[in-house]
Amino acid sequence: MKTAWDNLQIIREKNRPTVRDYIPMIFRDFIELHGDRLYGDDAAILGGIGMAGDMPVTVLAQVKGRDLKENQASNFAMPHPEGYRKALRLAHQAEKFHRPVICFIDTPGAFCGVGAEERGQGEAIARNMMEFMELKTPVISIVLGEGGSGGALALGVCDELAMLENAIYSVISPRGAASILWKDASREKEAANILRITASDLVEFGVAETVIPEPVGGAHNDPQLMGKRISEYILATIPKYTKIPIAKLLENRYYKFRKIGVFTEQKGVNPL
Amino acid sequence: MLEDLFAKVKLRASYDKPADQKGKINIPENLMFKCPRCGKVEFMDAFLLGGKICPACGYHARLSAQERIEQVADNFTFKEYDKHMKSLNPIDFPGYAEKVAHLRRKTGLREAILTGECEIMGQPCALGVMDARFMMASMGSVVGEKVTRLFQRAEQEDLPVVLFTASGGARLQEGLISLMQMAKTSGAVGRHSRKGLLYVTVLTDPTTGGVTASFASLGDIIIAEPKVLVGFAGRRVIEGTIRQRLPEDFQSAEFAQQHGFVDMIVPRGELRRTLAQLIRLHTGKGGGPDENSVG
Repeated sequence: MKTAWDNLQIIREKNRPTVRDYIPMIFRDFIELHGDRLYGDDAAILGGIGMAGDMPVTVLAQVKGRDLKENQASNFAMPHPEGYRKALRLAHQAEKFHRPVICFIDTPGAFCGVGAEERGQGEAIARNMMEFMELKTPVISIVLGEGGSGGALALGVCDELAMLENAIYSVISPRGAASILWKDASREKEAANILRITASDLVEFGVAETVIPEPVGGAHNDPQLMGKRISEYILATIPKYTKIPIAKLLENRYYKFRKIGVFTEQKGVNPL
Repeated sequence: MLEDLFAKVKLRASYDKPADQKGKINIPENLMFKCPRCGKVEFMDAFLLGGKICPACGYHARLSAQERIEQVADNFTFKEYDKHMKSLNPIDFPGYAEKVAHLRRKTGLREAILTGECEIMGQPCALGVMDARFMMASMGSVVGEKVTRLFQRAEQEDLPVVLFTASGGARLQEGLISLMQMAKTSGAVGRHSRKGLLYVTVLTDPTTGGVTASFASLGDIIIAEPKVLVGFAGRRVIEGTIRQRLPEDFQSAEFAQQHGFVDMIVPRGELRRTLAQLIRLHTGKGGGPDENSVG
């Protein structure tokens, strides 16, 4: 059976397609928009408008590069606060024009640096979660590869979460977990396999709804086919949510997250 | 006669010392306090009498949830919510159950947060207090659920929420379930807010990670205690990224205020009065639409 560690090897594959590969396969007439109107434009998060079938949609995505140069330009898909604020601005714009929002998640996590702290990384992520929860238009999130902690969740408050078959979504990188647990980052493999981070784990927890199958061996073996499957998923899923009255949609979205948690309220019994 | 007295004391002193410490200078434990912010060593008495504040730099050290409630709430007004909620081990994380059981015995707490309702100088409010002694008050299912219910009940009962935050972030031992508590709590804050109710956050030492990136940053009014640590990423993580030492005041309450993320820094002694004043300022019904108005 395939383990989380095997998934990690596949999504770290050098030729794994990124959102820049998929956009032309999925959306027609795509136009990219820039800036948070507050501080700057963060290349780690891409935003724009395009047609999904006959429906205009807003696209928000974390951008991994395909080579070192692209990765340096997009800061290895680790967003700064201005990236999250750009996403929020465009999400509100989508709400205004009644466009569904499609988020593509693919990030090691929010950037950890001096500027990010000075400009309120924590506040930016928190605000996105709170406002996406009440965004009056359907939101669909798709994890393409790496769903890294709060930095991923800032684009992950949605009506439906889909995972590509080999994608992972984790509270902490397996490397980080290993160094905290055993003070030894090289025990990454062990950590990956106990953290429960695979697509099927997330469906089991009720966090993800759908797994999009990848071509044999991983998305890099046939990017066109992968793009086609993502496109079909989006086209089939949007109408499911545009049909629901907004008040009901928001209620469902809140309860999707509200119900997550594992605890006991039995008196006096030590459950552990 | 007088000499006899001294001899007796001397004799007593030598009895009290264990054999292996004869001749060593006997310094009682906990005589001194070393400040984690400024590094100065001060007498513990001076530190404790001031309400656990460093006499040298004014750093406000951590309080237990019980100590905090005693300082802030009016006597005998605190009624605890969800007292019996305890964590389970959702991803069968090795050693997690033992760690939690050990901390329960050691701290007398069931989890890293106490929630309930109380009065502050006669002003009723919902109150949450996180306690860093319990796994650095990391947020797992129980912390997430208790915070969510606190906002839900406050929403139903038209109460303002006062929340003392302290946390190392999401509880990695609960995997992705802990991460999702960030979305859940933020959603609950939003619903409470939409009803037009007040939420005051008090950032205490240390407020970091997934708690900074959720309910701690979403208060209508954000207060911080002086010199406490407030930030998203860990200091060492950032130092590792930029490969240089960060300035002393980086990620302090003062740093956060200077960059626009904290409304005010309030010393511990004035906190009760400030909170009561803020709640009072939000009880009037000015301007807004009344219940009979349409739209």
